[in-house]
Amino acid sequence: MEEDNKNKHIHLTRRSFFSTMGMGAATVVASNNLAAWASEENKVMDPTEPTKITLKINGQTHRILVEPRWSLLFVLREHLGLSAAKTGCERGECGACTVLIDNVPRYACMTLAVEAQGTEIVTLEGLMKGEELGHVQQAFLEQDAFQCGYCTPGQIMAADGLLRSNPKPTDGEIRKGMSGNLCRCGAYHNIFQAVNRAVELKGGG
Amino acid sequence: MLPNFTYVCASSEKEAIKHLASDGARIHAGGTDLLGCLRDHVFTARKIVSISKLDSLHGIRKTAEGGLRVGALATITEVARNPIIRDRYHVLAQAASEVASPQLRNQGTIGGNICQKPRCWYYRGEFHCLRKGGDQCFAAGGENQFHCIFGGDMCYIVHPSDTSPALLSLGASVQISGKRGSRTVLMEHFHIPPGQDVQKETILEPDEIVTAILLPPASPAMKSSYRKVRARQSWDFALAGTALAIQFSGATVEKARVVFSGVAPVPWRSKEVEKTITGKRLDANLAAKAAEAAVKGAEAMEKNAYKIPLLRGIVEEELIAIAKL
Repeated sequence: MEEDNKNKHIHLTRRSFFSTMGMGAATVVASNNLAAWASEENKVMDPTEPTKITLKINGQTHRILVEPRWSLLFVLREHLGLSAAKTGCERGECGACTVLIDNVPRYACMTLAVEAQGTEIVTLEGLMKGEELGHVQQAFLEQDAFQCGYCTPGQIMAADGLLRSNPKPTDGEIRKGMSGNLCRCGAYHNIFQAVNRAVELKGGG
Repeated sequence: MLPNFTYVCASSEKEAIKHLASDGARIHAGGTDLLGCLRDHVFTARKIVSISKLDSLHGIRKTAEGGLRVGALATITEVARNPIIRDRYHVLAQAASEVASPQLRNQGTIGGNICQKPRCWYYRGEFHCLRKGGDQCFAAGGENQFHCIFGGDMCYIVHPSDTSPALLSLGASVQISGKRGSRTVLMEHFHIPPGQDVQKETILEPDEIVTAILLPPASPAMKSSYRKVRARQSWDFALAGTALAIQFSGATVEKARVVFSGVAPVPWRSKEVEKTITGKRLDANLAAKAAEAAVKGAEAMEKNAYKIPLLRGIVEEELIAIAKL
């Protein structure tokens, strides 16, 4: 057990470092706005006064102060340190910010954080099983389904969402299911292969 | 970052209507069009009134009359996948499955889809056009390759919705609630052409919300289909398209509703095509005649003349295809 803890410290990654810093930042915001914590039941959110909301992300409950105009993407990345979902077009046209909301892929940039209350959110970080990659992640790695990698977290979430509702999609269903995500490097062929490989890994093939 | 606004999550229709009556209030259902408009500064919102948590607006269920009630908050994905819609109102399922991208279909609602703001790039861009209270249409003498060939009148937008033409072809109506109570309006009267009011797309008053779409009972003799042609197969809006709902008796057309998308500021019902095919045997010859009738009265602008042969081709192909269904 002690050995495990030691390893965890040694394996502190750039991502987990930023992730920790992000959580710290959220706490600081919280302590500076004590009044807002009291008004949890207040349904009218003032634009200038951050209001406390509760988000369930990757199985964990996060209580956080937000402005009504903040997108879910902004909250994930800038306040919770969950940086897998990427900021691309910020207008629902590229898919880099794709996350699962109640098991279906959606654009986190086009979703207000306040609107995501009461839902189950899954980000790429939530697909990990400890240090192990999830099936779709593993499939993308095996099939070399990326070049620069910027769109990859969104592609993986779209694929994961597709396979949750349709564990054995046809070629056409894969193309349609993945059509909300752009890849500027043009890795589409390998992305398509990766989704097929993910079907096998998930045991649906 | 979006501009600032006050946010209210309504817990009843009444509460939503009360908040919507206040100055500068905007409604949030799925939020996909709203957030895009706010980000592009198409309009401002002092207050966002969210109706997304109203249970009464969710769900798709059969009506006592044998039709279907589609709650305004049914997502486009729910509409596309609903077994009854796929079976009896095929044109609607097909249109819904071709809207935008999977992610947007998972979030966007049927109520929001019929209330979309136009996609004209001058309207969405930094142009103070007629529709935004200015004094000119920039598309008229500008980049008008995606604009209308029917119904242009000072403003030349096309209606961006795929589900609206499908709903109109099915004879659907829209249930609306507001300060003065509820009303039900035929889909055909829901959208407003620019000649009637250049700044409004629908008959909705600021305090009104769409609560449901009502579909009349579907006759087993009805066949329906939707065809959308666009530059790319995802995200894109129709360059031209057609919704068909036709009742056959053998090969003969008994009743027909034909509605175009992507070619007019409102979903465009073509009574010319309907007249051409009603009471006749639908074969390749008749389809060709109907396709000619489809583009009668079409007026091309400088850069959208391609839409006329495109629409003609779509109508001909789709009529031939539906006869074989």
